[in-house]
Amino acid sequence: MSPGILGKKIGMTQVFNADGQVVPVTLVKAGPCIVTQRKTPSTDGYDAVQLGLIEYAKKANKPAAGHLKKSSADGVKFMREFALEGGNGDLKPGDRILADEFKPRELVDVVGVSKGRGFAGLVKRHHFRGGPASHGSMFHRAAGSIGASSFPSRVFPGMKMAGRMGTAQVTVRNLEVVSVDAEDNVIAVKGAIPGPNGGYVMVRRAKR
Amino acid sequence: MQNALLSKFISKQKRQDAHPEFRPGDTIRVHVRIREGEKERLQAFEGTVIARKNTGVGETITVRKVSFGQGVERIFPLHAPVVDHIDLVRTGRVRRAKLYYLRNLRGKAARLRERT
Repeated sequence: MSPGILGKKIGMTQVFNADGQVVPVTLVKAGPCIVTQRKTPSTDGYDAVQLGLIEYAKKANKPAAGHLKKSSADGVKFMREFALEGGNGDLKPGDRILADEFKPRELVDVVGVSKGRGFAGLVKRHHFRGGPASHGSMFHRAAGSIGASSFPSRVFPGMKMAGRMGTAQVTVRNLEVVSVDAEDNVIAVKGAIPGPNGGYVMVRRAKR
Repeated sequence: MQNALLSKFISKQKRQDAHPEFRPGDTIRVHVRIREGEKERLQAFEGTVIARKNTGVGETITVRKVSFGQGVERIFPLHAPVVDHIDLVRTGRVRRAKLYYLRNLRGKAARLRERT
């Protein structure tokens, strides 16, 4: 049993469940993946499995080709590591992992890179409230005070300010697997997952 | 453009027992499943289709009727299991896709000519 799988976000849609209720789902093209390396406490100091997503044969440069030779993978698009907690030693380099690792109703965590928002202001980035738009108000979306004057004569670290937003790793925990299509390797998870359509994500068994 | 896998998934979610073909302006009877405690029965709602919205599994229709002089509109998700089946009662000839103007008309003025 693999601790997770790598995939690509396809997009969102909705399904009707057994009660006729609408459930929002995100489709992930998960796998096929190949085990590219098995890390063990004796050799690497910790227990983990490294997976590669096989999408199309990306030409590997020499160091990557050497690394992939051990698992006889032709070339992988996206590689990530999953921690193993106790045992699970039955995964060997070269093993293939498919979407049918997961079953409906199982809980998963999805890790991805969020959409970039560029240089974002405080209202968008930190959910500041902003000021009134009219009635003579001259305070709209500005920051306001960022601290006192001669004492402390500096701005405290961690002050919420405008800046680059997004393109950060985001984990969404405990999403329910709604359906698994073993033929197309498509997993439908309930709710939204980080990143744009076409973005690469890690789907792993829920940690808690 | 929509991803091929997404389109495939959506077309699988759509109900396979197709509804009769109808357009805005047509009069239809929608049979809705209603649960009363443990029992389930069908309730019919008959009226004019005044709008058809969205595509895919989320496709809906707005059906309007005038009940005891009071206009009533219901929105039905076409692919939801609550909609048991739909009967086409009468066709109507109209020149636009959204018939919201019918809301301002009543009686004789709100009639629609049959499509030939």
